[in-house]
Amino acid sequence: MSSLVIKDLHVSIGDKEIIRGLSLEIPKGEVHAVMGPNGSGKSTLSKAIGGHPDYTITSGEVLLDGENIIGMEPDVRARKGLFLAFQYPMEIPGVSNANFLRAAVQARLPEGEELEATEFYAAMYEKMDFLEIPRTFTSRSVNEGFSGGEKKRNEILQMAMLEPRYAILDETDSGLDIDALKIVSNGVNALRGPNLGVLLITHYQRLLDYIVPDYVHVMVAGRIVQSGGKELALELEEKGYDFIREGIEESASAVL
Amino acid sequence: MSTETVEQFDIDRSVGDFSYPEKHQFDAGVGLTRDTVNYIADVKGEPEWIREFRLRALDVFQKKPMPTNWASKDLEAINFDKIRYYLANGQKATRSWDEVPEDVKRTFERLGIPEQERKFLAGVEAQFDSEAVYSNIKKAVGDQGVIFVGSTDGLMNHPEIFRKWFGKVIPTGDNKFSALNSAVFSGGSFIYVPPGVKVKHPLQAYFRINAENFGQFERTLIIADEGSEVMYMEGCTAPKFETATLHSAVVELVAMKGAKIQYVTVQNWSANVFNLVTKRAIAHEEAEVKWIDCNIGSRLTMKYPGVVLKGRKARGEVISIALASDGQHQDTGAKMVHAADDTTSNIVSKSISVGTGRSTYRGLVHMPKHLKGCKNNTECDALLISPTSRTDTYPAITVRGTGNAAQHEASVSQISAEQIFYMQQRGLTEAQAMSLSVNGFVNDLVRQFPMEYSVELKRLIDMEMEGSVG
Repeated sequence: MSSLVIKDLHVSIGDKEIIRGLSLEIPKGEVHAVMGPNGSGKSTLSKAIGGHPDYTITSGEVLLDGENIIGMEPDVRARKGLFLAFQYPMEIPGVSNANFLRAAVQARLPEGEELEATEFYAAMYEKMDFLEIPRTFTSRSVNEGFSGGEKKRNEILQMAMLEPRYAILDETDSGLDIDALKIVSNGVNALRGPNLGVLLITHYQRLLDYIVPDYVHVMVAGRIVQSGGKELALELEEKGYDFIREGIEESASAVL
Repeated sequence: MSTETVEQFDIDRSVGDFSYPEKHQFDAGVGLTRDTVNYIADVKGEPEWIREFRLRALDVFQKKPMPTNWASKDLEAINFDKIRYYLANGQKATRSWDEVPEDVKRTFERLGIPEQERKFLAGVEAQFDSEAVYSNIKKAVGDQGVIFVGSTDGLMNHPEIFRKWFGKVIPTGDNKFSALNSAVFSGGSFIYVPPGVKVKHPLQAYFRINAENFGQFERTLIIADEGSEVMYMEGCTAPKFETATLHSAVVELVAMKGAKIQYVTVQNWSANVFNLVTKRAIAHEEAEVKWIDCNIGSRLTMKYPGVVLKGRKARGEVISIALASDGQHQDTGAKMVHAADDTTSNIVSKSISVGTGRSTYRGLVHMPKHLKGCKNNTECDALLISPTSRTDTYPAITVRGTGNAAQHEASVSQISAEQIFYMQQRGLTEAQAMSLSVNGFVNDLVRQFPMEYSVELKRLIDMEMEGSVG
């Protein structure tokens, strides 16, 4: 029950099928990495689970602690404990980071309950300090004029404040220099624990040096084609995705 | 305070539900003739010069064509014969809060003005239909020599100041609706601030329309004498009606040498109201006039607050926000007429169109050849929420001569589906996401509104966005 389960998921954008029967289980407390070459459908997977309206789930299930969340509005899924760290976080002009976070935290409170402002700020400042985010950040508009590193740190800050049960991190390492990568990774590692399941989507092995996964899955052409321990990532790094592709072709021809 | 010859209307305060009663002691009937105008002058007991002013205005109104050449054809839907031009519920202006009828208090509550903030208001005047029911000037303001009364009170008791400026900033014949207002006006405020007096607290007025088919024609005249400062705030909410309603106000401001006037409006009309308002100021040497204007609701709003920059180094500013929802048209903008050297003007306009809503920006900036050192900055940004929303921009900028400068920037943007998804992914509903985005879009302007208005504005935007999302 305490897991995010993806069962035989098929996802299309328009007429084009991108995810073709993908299954995965991420129990709470574990970090699973999904690696794959460009165009394998990694980002589609995260958007589809999040409920983006452009992605049509044609069949399959996504169970969040046993409950099928397909068909639910994105915000309902979010309030049930699903968090997406975006590859390209959106800018929201005129809305300060503090106000945005407040609204998001407030949205999780029972109706009629008001957020305690001082507690909220105390919690936010503590997490900002850990992520080395300066205080002036609170009054800036969400992601507007942010560097790549600032945007990604902001995603992790939001994640820390919203305390999800399952987090999908989509290419969180893209656009980060090594210092920013360390800060972001430290942030994610600090949030790891028995109450959080993480799906880490990445193209490069580099991120996995800092956020060490429990399991690694390889995604090619909309499916998981191989799963293994963290050493699989190193093997991929060494041999490249072609090695997996060859393997698939071999098994495919074997079937024929 | 009031010299109305009307008897105090007895209100039964024991009745709990006092919502929107229609008990009008005076009623001019429907339609507009010389009899209607004479009736208004009689009932109000006005001096002869006002009666003549009204009758002359009626002639002008009847001769002037509708301004359909530059506006929506929708104006033709107004049936002037079916409008009630005057009615008063027979109440005198009252001074204390306790004397204000419950339903008026409820309107205040709907506007979300907290009890404790009310005491900060220097004077509050709430208009119940066409007569002021409540007028309270704090002692401090009165002691400074500030006059803050209804327009009728002003013309009767302060004719020496009133007559000098009344109808001078906006002549009767300025447009068809200023002529209409001049013929049948009632209600509105008259304010005079003596030289050097800085009114600390904003003066406020609340207006609302209460009777079906009843047009509201308030008339406001504010004179800030040399070196004085005043802020005036008005806000409107209107209950929903079945048939079209006309609101046509005239607001005239005079800022003498070195004076500062800020005029703040937050209007939220019901979707059947024609809101056709003429607002203009004269700014003398080194004076500053700032219109802060927010238009929400109505079927059609046509409003272009203007400043005539008459004295050297005068400054004019218009900050405006318009929200056009389904079936609504906000045709708003600003007029800046530079008439002296070294005058500056600034126009910032933001509009939001939702559903089939349409927003139009019309701006006039005029700098004649013989002037030098004049500057204008115009920015207008439009936000389109739905694929069916519409926005138009019609800037008319005339800059002659070599020593003057004007710059104009315009943008049209949309809230992207990706932005909404991002916010929804953080747990906000689609409506909350929309309203946060829209509030963000207008945030830099809203911050210029007084605190209570910015809170109210946020609430109004929230309400509109809730309604716009399925």
